[in-house]
Amino acid sequence: MTLSVDVAARRGAFEVRAAFEAEAGETVALLGPNGSGKSTLVLAIAGLLSEVEGRIALDDVVLDDDGGHVPPERRPIGVVFQDLLLFPHLSAVENVAFGLRARGADAAQARTKARAALDRLGLGERADARPRDLSGGEAQRVALARALVGEPALLLLDEPLSALDVGTRVEVRELVRDQLRGFPGVRVVVTHDPVEASALADRLVLLEGGRVTQIGSPEEIRTSPRSRYAADFVGVNAFSGRLERLPDGAGALTTAGARVVVPWPEDASGGEVIALLRPSDVTLSLGPPVGSARNVFDGPVSWIAIEGDRARVRVASAPPLVADLTVGSVERLGLREGVRVWASFKAVEVRVLPR
Amino acid sequence: MLLVGLPLLGLIVRTPWGRIGEVLTSDTALTALRLSLVVATTAAAISFVLGFPLAWLLVRSPFPGKTFVRALVVLPLVMPPVVAGVGLLAAFGRRGIAGSWLYDWFGFQLTFTTGAAVLAASFVSFPLAVLALEAGLRGLDVRLEDAASTLGASRWYVMRRVTLPLMAPQIAAALVLSWARALGEFGATITFAGNLQGRTQTLPLAVFERLQSDQDAAFAISMLLIAIAFAVIIGLRGRFLR
Repeated sequence: MTLSVDVAARRGAFEVRAAFEAEAGETVALLGPNGSGKSTLVLAIAGLLSEVEGRIALDDVVLDDDGGHVPPERRPIGVVFQDLLLFPHLSAVENVAFGLRARGADAAQARTKARAALDRLGLGERADARPRDLSGGEAQRVALARALVGEPALLLLDEPLSALDVGTRVEVRELVRDQLRGFPGVRVVVTHDPVEASALADRLVLLEGGRVTQIGSPEEIRTSPRSRYAADFVGVNAFSGRLERLPDGAGALTTAGARVVVPWPEDASGGEVIALLRPSDVTLSLGPPVGSARNVFDGPVSWIAIEGDRARVRVASAPPLVADLTVGSVERLGLREGVRVWASFKAVEVRVLPR
Repeated sequence: MLLVGLPLLGLIVRTPWGRIGEVLTSDTALTALRLSLVVATTAAAISFVLGFPLAWLLVRSPFPGKTFVRALVVLPLVMPPVVAGVGLLAAFGRRGIAGSWLYDWFGFQLTFTTGAAVLAASFVSFPLAVLALEAGLRGLDVRLEDAASTLGASRWYVMRRVTLPLMAPQIAAALVLSWARALGEFGATITFAGNLQGRTQTLPLAVFERLQSDQDAAFAISMLLIAIAFAVIIGLRGRFLR
Protein backbone atom coordinates (compact mmCIF):
# COMPACT_ATOMS: atom_id res chain seq x y z
CA MET A 1 0.00 0.00 0.00
CA THR A 2 1.38 3.37 -1.02
CA LEU A 3 -0.04 6.81 -0.47
CA SER A 4 0.98 9.12 -3.28
CA VAL A 5 0.30 12.79 -3.04
CA ASP A 6 1.02 15.34 -5.73
CA VAL A 7 -1.28 18.27 -5.20
CA ALA A 8 -1.91 21.97 -5.10
CA ALA A 9 -4.39 22.47 -2.30
CA ARG A 10 -5.98 25.81 -1.55
CA ARG A 11 -7.53 27.09 1.62
CA GLY A 12 -8.58 30.71 1.33
CA ALA A 13 -5.70 32.64 -0.20
CA PHE A 14 -3.15 30.07 0.95
CA GLU A 15 -1.86 27.42 -1.42
CA VAL A 16 0.21 24.33 -0.64
CA ARG A 17 2.06 22.46 -3.34
CA ALA A 18 3.46 19.17 -2.24
CA ALA A 19 4.47 15.85 -3.70
CA PHE A 20 5.53 12.88 -1.60
CA GLU A 21 4.87 9.20 -1.11
CA ALA A 22 4.41 7.09 1.97
CA GLU A 23 4.60 3.30 2.10
CA ALA A 24 2.67 0.96 4.34
CA GLY A 25 4.75 0.16 7.39
CA GLU A 26 6.72 3.39 7.46
CA THR A 27 5.93 6.56 9.33
CA VAL A 28 6.27 9.78 7.39
CA ALA A 29 6.27 13.07 9.27
CA LEU A 30 5.21 16.30 7.66
CA LEU A 31 7.34 18.77 9.54
CA GLY A 32 7.11 22.52 9.33
CA PRO A 33 6.38 25.66 11.31
CA ASN A 34 2.90 27.07 11.82
CA GLY A 35 1.54 28.34 8.54
CA SER A 36 3.70 26.05 6.42
CA GLY A 37 0.65 24.25 5.07
CA LYS A 38 0.75 21.01 7.06
CA SER A 39 -2.83 21.20 8.22
CA THR A 40 -4.05 22.15 4.77
CA LEU A 41 -2.35 19.03 3.45
CA VAL A 42 -4.01 16.92 6.14
CA LEU A 43 -7.43 18.30 5.18
CA ALA A 44 -6.70 17.60 1.51
CA ILE A 45 -5.69 13.99 2.15
CA ALA A 46 -8.70 13.46 4.44
CA GLY A 47 -10.94 14.77 1.66
CA LEU A 48 -12.15 17.80 3.62
CA LEU A 49 -10.93 20.38 1.12
CA SER A 50 -12.85 21.01 -2.05
CA GLU A 51 -10.15 23.00 -3.81
CA VAL A 52 -7.58 20.34 -4.58
CA GLU A 53 -5.75 20.08 -7.88
CA GLY A 54 -3.51 17.20 -8.76
CA ARG A 55 -3.69 13.67 -7.52
CA ILE A 56 -4.04 11.81 -4.24
CA ALA A 57 -4.13 8.04 -4.42
CA LEU A 58 -3.83 4.97 -2.24
CA ASP A 59 -2.22 2.40 -4.52
CA ASP A 60 -4.41 2.59 -7.61
CA VAL A 61 -7.48 3.88 -5.78
CA VAL A 62 -7.64 7.51 -6.82
CA LEU A 63 -9.03 9.78 -4.10
CA ASP A 64 -8.57 13.07 -5.87
CA ASP A 65 -7.68 13.95 -9.42
CA ASP A 66 -9.07 15.97 -12.29
CA GLY A 67 -11.79 13.39 -12.73
CA GLY A 68 -13.22 13.52 -9.26
CA HIS A 69 -13.20 13.77 -5.55
CA VAL A 70 -13.96 10.94 -3.16
CA PRO A 71 -15.84 12.43 -0.19
CA PRO A 72 -14.25 12.01 3.26
CA GLU A 73 -16.80 9.45 4.43
CA ARG A 74 -15.74 7.07 1.65
CA ARG A 75 -11.97 7.33 2.21
CA PRO A 76 -10.28 4.53 4.17
CA ILE A 77 -8.48 7.06 6.33
CA GLY A 78 -8.41 7.40 10.11
CA VAL A 79 -7.66 10.92 11.29
CA VAL A 80 -6.59 12.14 14.72
CA PHE A 81 -7.11 15.88 14.67
CA GLN A 82 -4.93 18.41 16.39
CA ASP A 83 -7.52 19.24 19.04
CA LEU A 84 -8.90 15.71 18.84
CA LEU A 85 -12.49 16.80 18.10
CA LEU A 86 -14.06 14.16 20.29
CA PHE A 87 -17.83 14.44 20.25
CA PRO A 88 -18.62 16.19 23.53
CA HIS A 89 -22.12 14.74 23.83
CA LEU A 90 -20.98 11.13 23.52
CA SER A 91 -19.11 8.96 26.02
CA ALA A 92 -15.63 7.63 25.23
CA VAL A 93 -16.98 4.30 24.05
CA GLU A 94 -19.69 5.96 21.95
CA ASN A 95 -17.04 8.17 20.36
CA VAL A 96 -15.04 5.10 19.39
CA ALA A 97 -18.13 3.23 18.19
CA PHE A 98 -19.30 6.21 16.12
CA GLY A 99 -17.44 5.28 12.94
CA LEU A 100 -18.51 1.64 13.15
CA ARG A 101 -22.15 2.68 13.57
CA ALA A 102 -21.87 5.20 10.75
CA ARG A 103 -20.58 2.44 8.48
CA GLY A 104 -23.52 0.25 9.33
CA ALA A 105 -22.51 -1.96 12.25
CA ASP A 106 -25.29 -2.69 14.70
CA ALA A 107 -25.20 -0.92 18.03
CA ALA A 108 -24.27 -3.84 20.28
CA GLN A 109 -21.55 -5.12 17.99
CA ALA A 110 -20.04 -1.65 17.54
CA ARG A 111 -20.04 -1.11 21.27
CA THR A 112 -18.29 -4.39 22.01
CA LYS A 113 -15.62 -3.65 19.44
CA ALA A 114 -15.16 -0.08 20.70
CA ARG A 115 -14.86 -1.27 24.27
CA ALA A 116 -12.21 -3.80 23.23
CA ALA A 117 -10.29 -1.03 21.44
CA LEU A 118 -10.35 1.11 24.60
CA ASP A 119 -9.25 -1.88 26.68
CA ARG A 120 -6.23 -2.35 24.44
CA LEU A 121 -5.22 1.25 25.17
CA GLY A 122 -5.70 0.73 28.88
CA LEU A 123 -8.83 2.87 29.00
CA GLY A 124 -11.46 0.23 29.73
CA GLU A 125 -12.27 1.88 33.05
CA ARG A 126 -13.03 5.21 31.45
CA ALA A 127 -15.26 3.92 28.66
CA ASP A 128 -18.36 5.67 29.95
CA ALA A 129 -16.74 9.03 30.71
CA ARG A 130 -17.57 12.09 28.65
CA PRO A 131 -14.66 13.80 26.84
CA ARG A 132 -14.75 16.78 29.22
CA ASP A 133 -14.03 14.44 32.14
CA LEU A 134 -11.02 12.83 30.48
CA SER A 135 -7.45 13.94 31.08
CA GLY A 136 -5.38 15.09 28.10
CA GLY A 137 -3.66 11.75 27.78
CA GLU A 138 -6.92 9.81 28.07
CA ALA A 139 -8.64 11.97 25.47
CA GLN A 140 -5.67 11.39 23.16
CA ARG A 141 -6.10 7.63 23.51
CA VAL A 142 -9.83 7.84 22.80
CA ALA A 143 -9.08 9.82 19.65
CA LEU A 144 -6.50 7.21 18.59
CA ALA A 145 -8.90 4.36 19.27
CA ARG A 146 -11.64 6.15 17.34
CA ALA A 147 -9.36 6.58 14.31
CA LEU A 148 -8.01 3.01 14.44
CA VAL A 149 -11.09 0.96 15.24
CA GLY A 150 -12.42 1.10 11.68
CA GLU A 151 -9.17 -0.45 10.41
CA PRO A 152 -8.29 2.28 7.92
CA ALA A 153 -5.62 1.87 5.26
CA LEU A 154 -4.05 5.19 6.23
CA LEU A 155 -3.61 6.76 9.62
CA LEU A 156 -3.27 10.52 9.71
CA LEU A 157 -2.17 12.19 12.94
CA ASP A 158 -2.25 15.97 13.08
CA GLU A 159 -0.01 17.32 15.86
CA PRO A 160 -0.79 14.36 18.11
CA LEU A 161 1.04 15.74 21.14
CA SER A 162 0.58 19.48 20.88
CA ALA A 163 -2.42 19.66 23.19
CA LEU A 164 -0.58 17.95 26.04
CA ASP A 165 1.56 19.33 28.83
CA VAL A 166 5.22 18.40 28.94
CA GLY A 167 4.83 15.60 31.49
CA THR A 168 1.98 13.83 29.70
CA ARG A 169 3.66 14.36 26.36
CA VAL A 170 6.51 11.97 27.08
CA GLU A 171 4.10 9.26 28.15
CA VAL A 172 1.73 9.77 25.24
CA ARG A 173 4.60 9.94 22.77
CA GLU A 174 5.56 6.38 23.74
CA LEU A 175 1.97 5.29 23.32
CA VAL A 176 1.61 7.00 19.95
CA ARG A 177 4.85 5.43 18.79
CA ASP A 178 3.69 1.96 19.86
CA GLN A 179 0.36 2.43 18.15
CA LEU A 180 2.06 3.64 14.99
CA ARG A 181 4.43 0.66 15.03
CA GLY A 182 1.53 -1.72 15.44
CA PHE A 183 -0.48 -0.16 12.63
CA PRO A 184 0.10 -2.05 9.40
CA GLY A 185 -1.05 0.63 6.95
CA VAL A 186 0.39 3.93 5.82
CA ARG A 187 1.20 6.33 8.66
CA VAL A 188 1.47 10.07 8.30
CA VAL A 189 2.19 12.32 11.26
CA VAL A 190 2.02 16.08 11.09
CA THR A 191 4.09 18.07 13.53
CA HIS A 192 5.90 21.32 14.06
CA ASP A 193 8.13 19.74 16.67
CA PRO A 194 11.40 18.27 15.37
CA VAL A 195 11.89 16.22 18.52
CA GLU A 196 8.48 14.67 18.06
CA ALA A 197 9.18 14.08 14.39
CA SER A 198 12.49 12.36 15.00
CA ALA A 199 10.96 10.28 17.75
CA LEU A 200 8.09 9.05 15.58
CA ALA A 201 9.08 9.13 11.94
CA ASP A 202 11.22 7.09 9.58
CA ARG A 203 11.12 9.81 6.97
CA LEU A 204 10.54 13.56 7.11
CA VAL A 205 8.88 15.80 4.58
CA LEU A 206 9.86 19.37 5.39
CA LEU A 207 7.32 22.01 4.49
CA GLU A 208 8.01 25.70 4.37
CA GLY A 209 5.64 28.40 3.17
CA GLY A 210 3.48 25.89 1.38
CA ARG A 211 6.34 24.13 -0.42
CA VAL A 212 8.31 20.95 0.25
CA THR A 213 11.89 21.98 0.93
CA GLN A 214 13.44 18.61 1.70
CA ILE A 215 12.54 14.93 2.02
CA GLY A 216 14.75 12.44 3.81
CA SER A 217 15.39 10.44 6.95
CA PRO A 218 15.87 12.47 10.15
CA GLU A 219 19.52 11.44 9.99
CA GLU A 220 19.99 12.75 6.44
CA ILE A 221 18.31 16.02 7.22
CA ARG A 222 20.25 16.49 10.42
CA THR A 223 23.58 15.94 8.71
CA SER A 224 22.83 17.92 5.57
CA PRO A 225 20.03 20.38 6.05
CA ARG A 226 19.33 21.88 2.67
CA SER A 227 17.81 25.14 3.79
CA ARG A 228 18.21 27.53 6.64
CA TYR A 229 14.78 26.42 7.66
CA ALA A 230 15.72 22.76 7.62
CA ALA A 231 18.68 23.47 9.85
CA ASP A 232 16.51 25.47 12.16
CA PHE A 233 13.84 22.88 12.34
CA VAL A 234 15.96 19.91 13.08
CA GLY A 235 17.22 21.83 16.03
CA VAL A 236 20.46 23.19 14.69
CA ASN A 237 20.81 26.86 15.46
CA ALA A 238 21.06 28.79 12.24
CA PHE A 239 21.85 32.45 11.84
CA SER A 240 21.78 34.14 8.50
CA GLY A 241 23.14 37.59 7.97
CA ARG A 242 26.06 39.65 6.86
CA LEU A 243 29.61 38.60 7.72
CA GLU A 244 32.36 41.15 8.42
CA ARG A 245 35.92 40.75 9.55
CA LEU A 246 36.85 41.90 13.04
CA PRO A 247 40.22 43.53 13.77
CA ASP A 248 41.36 40.42 15.67
CA GLY A 249 40.83 38.19 12.67
CA ALA A 250 37.56 36.59 13.70
CA GLY A 251 34.31 37.16 11.87
CA ALA A 252 31.23 39.00 13.03
CA LEU A 253 27.81 38.04 11.79
CA THR A 254 25.05 40.60 12.09
CA THR A 255 21.72 38.84 12.56
CA ALA A 256 18.40 39.68 14.20
CA GLY A 257 19.83 42.96 15.42
CA ALA A 258 22.65 41.23 17.26
CA ARG A 259 26.28 40.38 16.58
CA VAL A 260 27.50 36.81 16.66
CA VAL A 261 31.26 36.24 16.73
CA VAL A 262 32.26 33.41 14.41
CA PRO A 263 35.49 32.01 12.97
CA TRP A 264 36.52 33.71 9.76
CA PRO A 265 36.14 31.13 7.01
CA GLU A 266 39.31 30.73 4.97
CA ASP A 267 37.66 30.93 1.60
CA ALA A 268 35.19 33.68 2.48
CA SER A 269 35.23 37.29 1.61
CA GLY A 270 32.33 38.40 3.73
CA GLY A 271 28.81 39.10 2.55
CA GLU A 272 25.67 37.00 3.18
CA VAL A 273 26.27 33.72 4.99
CA ILE A 274 24.54 31.08 7.08
CA ALA A 275 26.09 30.07 10.36
CA LEU A 276 25.16 26.79 12.05
CA LEU A 277 25.58 25.88 15.69
CA ARG A 278 24.72 22.60 17.37
CA PRO A 279 22.32 22.97 20.33
CA SER A 280 24.69 20.85 22.43
CA ASP A 281 27.35 23.57 22.09
CA VAL A 282 25.15 26.13 23.81
CA THR A 283 25.60 26.50 27.57
CA LEU A 284 22.91 27.97 29.80
CA SER A 285 23.41 29.73 33.13
CA LEU A 286 21.28 31.80 35.45
CA GLY A 287 23.65 34.78 35.43
CA PRO A 288 26.27 36.25 33.10
CA PRO A 289 28.71 33.36 32.53
CA VAL A 290 32.31 33.50 33.64
CA GLY A 291 34.47 32.05 30.91
CA SER A 292 35.94 32.44 27.50
CA ALA A 293 32.76 32.27 25.46
CA ARG A 294 32.57 35.32 23.22
CA ASN A 295 28.91 34.97 22.45
CA VAL A 296 26.51 35.65 25.31
CA PHE A 297 22.82 36.36 24.82
CA ASP A 298 20.15 36.53 27.47
CA GLY A 299 16.43 36.07 27.35
CA PRO A 300 13.54 34.10 28.85
CA VAL A 301 13.12 30.37 28.30
CA SER A 302 10.27 30.03 25.82
CA TRP A 303 9.92 26.27 25.49
CA ILE A 304 11.27 23.07 27.03
CA ALA A 305 10.94 19.59 25.54
CA ILE A 306 12.16 16.52 27.32
CA GLU A 307 13.12 13.37 25.46
CA GLY A 308 14.59 10.57 27.51
CA ASP A 309 17.31 12.12 29.64
CA ARG A 310 17.90 14.99 27.22
CA ALA A 311 16.12 18.30 27.29
CA ARG A 312 15.88 20.80 24.51
CA VAL A 313 15.45 24.37 25.66
CA ARG A 314 14.53 27.31 23.48
CA VAL A 315 15.60 30.76 24.66
CA ALA A 316 13.82 33.83 23.32
CA SER A 317 17.01 35.86 23.10
CA ALA A 318 18.07 37.93 20.11
CA PRO A 319 18.96 35.90 18.13
CA PRO A 320 16.76 33.07 19.47
CA LEU A 321 18.76 30.02 20.54
CA VAL A 322 18.18 26.34 21.15
CA ALA A 323 20.24 24.48 23.70
CA ASP A 324 20.48 20.77 24.44
CA LEU A 325 21.21 19.78 28.00
CA THR A 326 20.57 16.94 30.37
CA VAL A 327 17.34 16.73 32.32
CA GLY A 328 19.55 16.94 35.41
CA SER A 329 20.83 20.36 34.39
CA VAL A 330 17.31 21.57 33.72
CA GLU A 331 16.36 20.55 37.25
CA ARG A 332 19.52 21.94 38.83
CA LEU A 333 19.02 25.31 37.16
CA GLY A 334 15.29 25.25 37.92
CA LEU A 335 14.46 26.02 34.30
CA ARG A 336 10.91 26.51 33.24
CA GLU A 337 9.20 28.67 30.71
CA GLY A 338 9.72 32.33 31.48
CA VAL A 339 12.93 32.00 33.53
CA ARG A 340 15.63 34.41 32.35
CA VAL A 341 18.84 32.69 31.31
CA TRP A 342 22.18 33.53 29.73
CA ALA A 343 23.06 31.39 26.72
CA SER A 344 26.68 31.30 25.72
CA PHE A 345 28.79 29.54 23.10
CA LYS A 346 32.31 29.75 21.76
CA ALA A 347 32.97 31.34 18.42
CA VAL A 348 34.93 28.29 17.23
CA GLU A 349 31.86 26.05 17.53
CA VAL A 350 30.03 27.98 14.83
CA ARG A 351 30.15 26.65 11.29
CA VAL A 352 29.91 29.31 8.60
CA LEU A 353 28.58 28.47 5.14
CA PRO A 354 28.27 30.75 2.16
CA ARG A 355 24.67 31.41 1.29
CA MET B 1 -39.72 47.66 39.05
CA LEU B 2 -42.88 49.76 39.29
CA LEU B 3 -43.39 49.55 35.56
CA VAL B 4 -43.42 45.77 35.61
CA GLY B 5 -44.55 45.24 39.18
CA LEU B 6 -47.66 47.39 39.38
CA PRO B 7 -49.62 45.78 36.56
CA LEU B 8 -48.69 42.38 37.95
CA LEU B 9 -49.82 43.43 41.41
CA GLY B 10 -53.01 44.85 39.94
CA LEU B 11 -53.73 41.56 38.26
CA ILE B 12 -53.10 39.58 41.41
CA VAL B 13 -55.41 41.86 43.39
CA ARG B 14 -58.20 41.85 40.81
CA THR B 15 -58.11 38.13 40.07
CA PRO B 16 -61.25 36.51 41.51
CA TRP B 17 -59.35 33.84 43.41
CA GLY B 18 -62.60 32.57 44.93
CA ARG B 19 -64.10 31.53 41.63
CA ILE B 20 -60.93 31.06 39.59
CA GLY B 21 -61.48 27.32 39.29
CA GLU B 22 -65.03 27.79 38.11
CA VAL B 23 -64.03 30.48 35.57
CA LEU B 24 -61.12 28.54 34.16
CA THR B 25 -63.13 25.37 33.74
CA SER B 26 -65.95 27.15 31.99
CA ASP B 27 -66.61 26.02 28.43
CA THR B 28 -65.31 29.21 26.86
CA ALA B 29 -62.07 29.16 28.81
CA LEU B 30 -61.42 25.45 28.26
CA THR B 31 -62.15 25.70 24.56
CA ALA B 32 -59.86 28.69 24.25
CA LEU B 33 -57.14 26.92 26.24
CA ARG B 34 -57.35 23.79 24.12
CA LEU B 35 -57.29 25.84 20.93
CA SER B 36 -54.39 27.94 22.20
CA LEU B 37 -52.32 24.85 22.93
CA VAL B 38 -53.05 23.39 19.50
CA VAL B 39 -52.30 26.66 17.72
CA ALA B 40 -49.12 27.46 19.68
CA THR B 41 -47.74 23.93 19.41
CA THR B 42 -48.43 23.69 15.69
CA ALA B 43 -46.96 27.16 15.12
CA ALA B 44 -43.83 26.27 17.09
CA ALA B 45 -43.43 23.07 15.07
CA ILE B 46 -43.89 24.98 11.79
CA SER B 47 -41.43 27.65 12.92
CA PHE B 48 -38.85 24.97 13.66
CA VAL B 49 -39.35 22.97 10.51
CA LEU B 50 -39.19 26.04 8.27
CA GLY B 51 -36.73 27.91 10.46
CA PHE B 52 -34.05 25.24 10.52
CA PRO B 53 -33.30 25.16 6.79
CA LEU B 54 -33.42 28.95 6.67
CA ALA B 55 -31.05 29.31 9.62
CA TRP B 56 -28.81 26.75 7.91
CA LEU B 57 -28.72 28.79 4.72
CA LEU B 58 -28.07 32.00 6.64
CA VAL B 59 -25.14 30.49 8.53
CA ARG B 60 -23.62 27.98 6.16
CA SER B 61 -24.01 29.10 2.59
CA PRO B 62 -23.11 32.37 0.98
CA PHE B 63 -25.81 33.71 -1.29
CA PRO B 64 -26.53 37.13 -2.74
CA GLY B 65 -28.97 39.28 -0.79
CA LYS B 66 -28.32 37.55 2.52
CA THR B 67 -28.52 40.80 4.49
CA PHE B 68 -31.86 41.50 2.89
CA VAL B 69 -33.18 38.03 3.71
CA ARG B 70 -32.07 38.37 7.31
CA ALA B 71 -33.78 41.76 7.61
CA LEU B 72 -36.93 40.19 6.15
CA VAL B 73 -36.82 37.37 8.68
CA VAL B 74 -36.57 39.74 11.63
CA LEU B 75 -39.27 42.08 10.30
CA PRO B 76 -42.24 40.27 11.92
CA LEU B 77 -40.54 40.78 15.28
CA VAL B 78 -40.61 44.53 15.01
CA MET B 79 -43.72 45.16 12.91
CA PRO B 80 -47.01 45.81 14.72
CA PRO B 81 -48.95 42.52 14.87
CA VAL B 82 -52.03 44.23 13.41
CA VAL B 83 -49.97 45.07 10.36
CA ALA B 84 -48.88 41.45 10.18
CA GLY B 85 -52.57 40.51 10.21
CA VAL B 86 -53.36 43.00 7.46
CA GLY B 87 -50.45 41.65 5.45
CA LEU B 88 -51.68 38.10 5.86
CA LEU B 89 -55.14 39.21 4.73
CA ALA B 90 -53.63 40.84 1.67
CA ALA B 91 -51.82 37.59 0.89
CA PHE B 92 -54.20 34.84 1.98
CA GLY B 93 -57.53 36.63 2.39
CA ARG B 94 -60.33 35.77 -0.05
CA ARG B 95 -59.27 38.68 -2.20
CA GLY B 96 -55.57 38.36 -1.39
CA ILE B 97 -52.92 37.64 -3.98
CA ALA B 98 -52.59 33.96 -3.02
CA GLY B 99 -55.95 33.65 -1.27
CA SER B 100 -58.05 34.56 -4.30
CA TRP B 101 -56.25 31.92 -6.30
CA LEU B 102 -56.83 29.32 -3.60
CA TYR B 103 -60.51 30.26 -3.53
CA ASP B 104 -61.02 30.25 -7.30
CA TRP B 105 -59.31 26.92 -7.85
CA PHE B 106 -60.11 24.97 -4.74
CA GLY B 107 -63.00 26.89 -3.20
CA PHE B 108 -60.82 27.07 -0.13
CA GLN B 109 -60.90 30.00 2.21
CA LEU B 110 -58.26 30.29 4.90
CA THR B 111 -59.51 33.29 6.83
CA PHE B 112 -61.62 32.60 9.93
CA THR B 113 -60.30 29.05 10.25
CA THR B 114 -58.00 27.51 12.86
CA GLY B 115 -55.47 27.27 10.02
CA ALA B 116 -55.51 31.06 9.80
CA ALA B 117 -54.83 31.34 13.54
CA VAL B 118 -51.92 28.92 13.14
CA LEU B 119 -50.58 30.87 10.18
CA ALA B 120 -50.80 34.17 12.08
CA ALA B 121 -49.05 32.65 15.10
CA SER B 122 -46.37 31.05 12.92
CA PHE B 123 -45.75 34.33 11.13
CA VAL B 124 -44.92 36.18 14.35
CA SER B 125 -43.04 33.36 16.09
CA PHE B 126 -40.95 32.23 13.10
CA PRO B 127 -38.24 34.92 13.55
CA LEU B 128 -37.57 33.85 17.14
CA ALA B 129 -37.02 30.27 16.03
CA VAL B 130 -34.69 31.34 13.21
CA LEU B 131 -32.65 33.57 15.50
CA ALA B 132 -32.24 30.88 18.16
CA LEU B 133 -31.33 28.20 15.59
CA GLU B 134 -28.95 30.56 13.83
CA ALA B 135 -27.15 31.17 17.11
CA GLY B 136 -26.97 27.43 17.65
CA LEU B 137 -25.52 26.73 14.21
CA ARG B 138 -23.07 29.58 14.54
CA GLY B 139 -21.82 28.28 17.87
CA LEU B 140 -21.30 24.78 16.49
CA ASP B 141 -17.74 23.69 15.70
CA VAL B 142 -18.07 22.55 12.07
CA ARG B 143 -14.87 20.60 12.47
CA LEU B 144 -16.79 18.15 14.64
CA GLU B 145 -18.91 17.47 11.58
CA ASP B 146 -15.72 17.09 9.53
CA ALA B 147 -14.38 14.63 12.08
CA ALA B 148 -17.62 12.68 11.84
CA SER B 149 -17.38 12.48 8.05
CA THR B 150 -13.81 11.13 8.22
CA LEU B 151 -15.27 8.38 10.38
CA GLY B 152 -17.52 7.36 7.53
CA ALA B 153 -20.67 9.27 8.44
CA SER B 154 -22.92 10.41 5.61
CA ARG B 155 -24.34 13.93 5.69
CA TRP B 156 -27.61 12.70 7.07
CA TYR B 157 -25.89 10.62 9.74
CA VAL B 158 -23.75 13.61 10.75
CA MET B 159 -26.87 15.75 11.01
CA ARG B 160 -28.70 13.18 13.09
CA ARG B 161 -25.92 12.19 15.47
CA VAL B 162 -23.71 15.29 15.68
CA THR B 163 -25.33 18.50 14.47
CA LEU B 164 -28.80 18.16 15.98
CA PRO B 165 -27.73 16.71 19.36
CA LEU B 166 -25.11 19.42 19.80
CA MET B 167 -27.76 22.03 19.05
CA ALA B 168 -30.24 20.57 21.51
CA PRO B 169 -30.21 23.60 23.86
CA GLN B 170 -30.84 26.03 21.01
CA ILE B 171 -33.48 23.78 19.49
CA ALA B 172 -35.25 23.72 22.85
CA ALA B 173 -34.93 27.50 23.08
CA ALA B 174 -36.30 27.91 19.55
CA LEU B 175 -39.30 25.73 20.33
CA VAL B 176 -40.07 27.31 23.71
CA LEU B 177 -39.62 30.90 22.54
CA SER B 178 -41.72 30.49 19.43
CA TRP B 179 -44.32 28.52 21.37
CA ALA B 180 -44.57 31.28 23.98
CA ARG B 181 -44.75 33.99 21.34
CA ALA B 182 -47.43 32.06 19.45
CA LEU B 183 -49.41 31.54 22.63
CA GLY B 184 -49.55 35.27 23.29
CA GLU B 185 -50.31 36.28 19.72
CA PHE B 186 -53.27 38.65 19.51
CA GLY B 187 -53.13 41.37 16.87
CA ALA B 188 -52.38 39.34 13.78
CA THR B 189 -54.80 36.61 14.82
CA ILE B 190 -57.78 38.85 15.45
CA THR B 191 -57.13 40.75 12.22
CA PHE B 192 -56.55 37.79 9.97
CA ALA B 193 -58.40 34.92 11.64
CA GLY B 194 -61.11 36.76 13.51
CA ASN B 195 -62.45 35.97 16.98
CA LEU B 196 -64.55 32.87 16.56
CA GLN B 197 -65.04 30.72 19.63
CA GLY B 198 -63.76 27.19 19.12
CA ARG B 199 -62.08 28.05 15.84
CA THR B 200 -59.84 31.06 16.23
CA GLN B 201 -60.49 32.35 19.72
CA THR B 202 -57.25 31.65 21.56
CA LEU B 203 -56.66 32.65 25.20
CA PRO B 204 -55.60 36.27 24.52
CA LEU B 205 -58.62 36.77 22.29
CA ALA B 206 -60.83 35.28 24.99
CA VAL B 207 -59.36 37.75 27.51
CA PHE B 208 -60.14 40.60 25.17
CA GLU B 209 -63.73 39.50 24.68
CA ARG B 210 -64.35 38.69 28.37
CA LEU B 211 -63.07 42.13 29.37
CA GLN B 212 -66.23 43.63 27.91
CA SER B 213 -68.69 41.15 29.43
CA ASP B 214 -67.19 39.31 32.40
CA GLN B 215 -64.15 41.09 33.83
CA ASP B 216 -63.54 38.39 36.46
CA ALA B 217 -63.06 35.84 33.71
CA ALA B 218 -60.66 38.16 31.84
CA PHE B 219 -58.53 38.55 34.93
CA ALA B 220 -58.56 34.85 35.69
CA ILE B 221 -57.46 33.89 32.17
CA SER B 222 -54.79 36.60 32.26
CA MET B 223 -53.49 35.06 35.45
CA LEU B 224 -53.33 31.69 33.69
CA LEU B 225 -51.29 33.20 30.86
CA ILE B 226 -48.95 34.80 33.37
CA ALA B 227 -48.51 31.46 35.11
CA ILE B 228 -47.55 29.91 31.76
CA ALA B 229 -45.13 32.76 31.10
CA PHE B 230 -43.49 32.14 34.47
CA ALA B 231 -43.20 28.45 33.70
CA VAL B 232 -41.42 29.32 30.43
CA ILE B 233 -39.02 31.66 32.20
CA ILE B 234 -38.20 29.03 34.80
CA GLY B 235 -37.77 26.45 32.05
CA LEU B 236 -35.32 28.68 30.19
CA ARG B 237 -33.59 29.85 33.36
CA GLY B 238 -30.35 28.05 32.72
CA ARG B 239 -30.23 29.34 29.17
CA PHE B 240 -30.88 33.07 29.30
CA LEU B 241 -30.86 34.12 32.92
CA ARG B 242 -28.00 33.45 35.20
